[in-house]
Amino acid sequence: MKDEGGRRKAAVSWRRTRGLTDTPFHYCPGCSHGVIHRLVAEVLDELGVLEKTVGICPVGCAVFAYNYFNCDMIEAAHGRAPAVATGVKRVLPDRVVFTYQGDGDLAAIGTAEIVHAAARSERFTTIFVNNAVYGMTGGQMAPTTLLGQKTTTTPAGREVSVAGFPLKVAELMATLDGAVYVARVSVHSPKHILQAKRAIREAFKVQLDGLGFALVEVLSACPTNWGLAPPDALRWVEEKMIPVYPLGKFKVPEEIS
Amino acid sequence: MARVAAVTGNEAVAEALRQINPDVCAAYPITPQTELMQRFAAFVSNGKVDTELILVESEHSAMSACIGAAAAGGRVATATCGPGLALMWEMLYVASGMRLPIVMAVVNRSLSAPLNIHGDHSDAMGARDSGWIQLWSENAQEAYDNTIQAFRIAENMNIRLPAMVCMDGFIISHSIGRIEYLEDEPVRSFVGEYQPLNPLLDLDNPKSYGPLILTDQYHEYKRAQHEVMTRVKDVVLAVAAEFEKVSGRRYGLFESYRLDDAEIGLVILNSAAGTAKDVVDSFRERGIRAGLLKPRLFRPFPYEEVAQALKGLKAVAVLDRADSFGGYGPVFMEVCSALYPLAERPVVINKIYGLGGRDFLPQHAEEVLAELEEIARTGKVRVAKEYIGVRE
Repeated sequence: MKDEGGRRKAAVSWRRTRGLTDTPFHYCPGCSHGVIHRLVAEVLDELGVLEKTVGICPVGCAVFAYNYFNCDMIEAAHGRAPAVATGVKRVLPDRVVFTYQGDGDLAAIGTAEIVHAAARSERFTTIFVNNAVYGMTGGQMAPTTLLGQKTTTTPAGREVSVAGFPLKVAELMATLDGAVYVARVSVHSPKHILQAKRAIREAFKVQLDGLGFALVEVLSACPTNWGLAPPDALRWVEEKMIPVYPLGKFKVPEEIS
Repeated sequence: MARVAAVTGNEAVAEALRQINPDVCAAYPITPQTELMQRFAAFVSNGKVDTELILVESEHSAMSACIGAAAAGGRVATATCGPGLALMWEMLYVASGMRLPIVMAVVNRSLSAPLNIHGDHSDAMGARDSGWIQLWSENAQEAYDNTIQAFRIAENMNIRLPAMVCMDGFIISHSIGRIEYLEDEPVRSFVGEYQPLNPLLDLDNPKSYGPLILTDQYHEYKRAQHEVMTRVKDVVLAVAAEFEKVSGRRYGLFESYRLDDAEIGLVILNSAAGTAKDVVDSFRERGIRAGLLKPRLFRPFPYEEVAQALKGLKAVAVLDRADSFGGYGPVFMEVCSALYPLAERPVVINKIYGLGGRDFLPQHAEEVLAELEEIARTGKVRVAKEYIGVRE
């Protein structure tokens, strides 16, 4: 390849996705949000739907997602993203609508909203980021916190007799007839990142085909609030989280399988 | 002997809760309150209190769990702020309607949208009509002292109402100040053993809470809530008098600062009152008779006492860190209601300041006092309600 002046030009083999803005992420070192953002953005770009996508931001560490995703975004109150997404999608049924929510948002204060959006089989896609802790407020116990896991509100470790069991969102959602695509993925290794991207692409494909509600749960590292170095946090995902939150596709509609 | 410490407002209230050792706390993290309950969770985990701490899934559930625990006969406390208090709104009315003496720290925060985590009074002002007693605190010391007194006020057998203790988010909750703690024993004996009233599961005297009451009795029930509120003021003063004996610190329905011979004055809640008092001093040094009234008990509002305190002034500015859009600031409306029955009353203007944590600076108080001087001299009001500290 040559440029206009006849000089040799390097071939473009990789380009930053148009799905993200140039704003640097505010996330902590080793946090998985950046990777997950990029996967969602790449999928939207590759599917050619970026120009007609509306995202719903959560309250939590990803509250600033509107600074990063290069599409229209609306900020929801804590936990209410699925209800807001329902409203957006019903008015703009030909657009692509997604919510991006953490576990403090989706699996705690917003459990009712996500369950009922799925039960109604609303035609949007939810990216659910599970890092087993409330991140933004500084590491309190979340419903997804593992048994024995130390948090600032369970300094001796989550004990089942007082704080109950971790909430398994993918399994819960898979029981709902309206949730037509449910998968749990992780981003702790390159292989898993590629698998996660495939699942996210399928979840958006389900929406584009009008098949119903789709959710991808993504296991995510939180080195800061887990008190671990980033590589150790990735190992913690693999060794501690995955046994409790097994990866896999819980539901896949026939049309895309 | 008092223990002197340098702590944040959140730490101070958590320490009060440790000393009081409630039976149940149900809470949910929210900035800037999170640290308060987090510190309390450490007390629970370290066995410093016997409290059953319930980490629930939302503020709506937090207040619901508090209601259940209080109806069951427990001493109950929680804490929240901003959108968390807004989410509790339905349950606030249930707590007061059931006459449950729950004590809640409210770390004042703005409301969405746009999203903002900083301090203003929109949250507690939104809960103004919910039937809760409201005590407001200028600093960590007052938040600590008010928390201890709130239990006595709420649990008084002639009152039995929930009470919220407000302090400014971040400005007080997260900044370190000097505080004098009481020792544990005086706090415990001051608050006393919890006396349940009509607890559930008294098998000899079965109870129902919150049943359906339609047009036949609901109106009377609400009048009873109004009437009990009229008794709160005296209890607040009696508890304050007792607290002074224990602590040496004096509290009233509000703080009057250099008001006795004042011609112009500010009415202002919470942390900004501290800033404004310095400015009042500087005006006094210049021979200008300025003063300040800082409400403490906002619900029920002490109308007659406020009217007495302000009646001799020529001009008053009420500064509100919340707005009733399309109306006036909430404190302004109360002050005007208080003054209206007087035959001669000061001119009153309303300034909205500090929304979403915008700094309230001495210069703002200076400008407002200068405007009051002008009004006192000419009797002319430029504008009744105005936002100050606005970026143009």
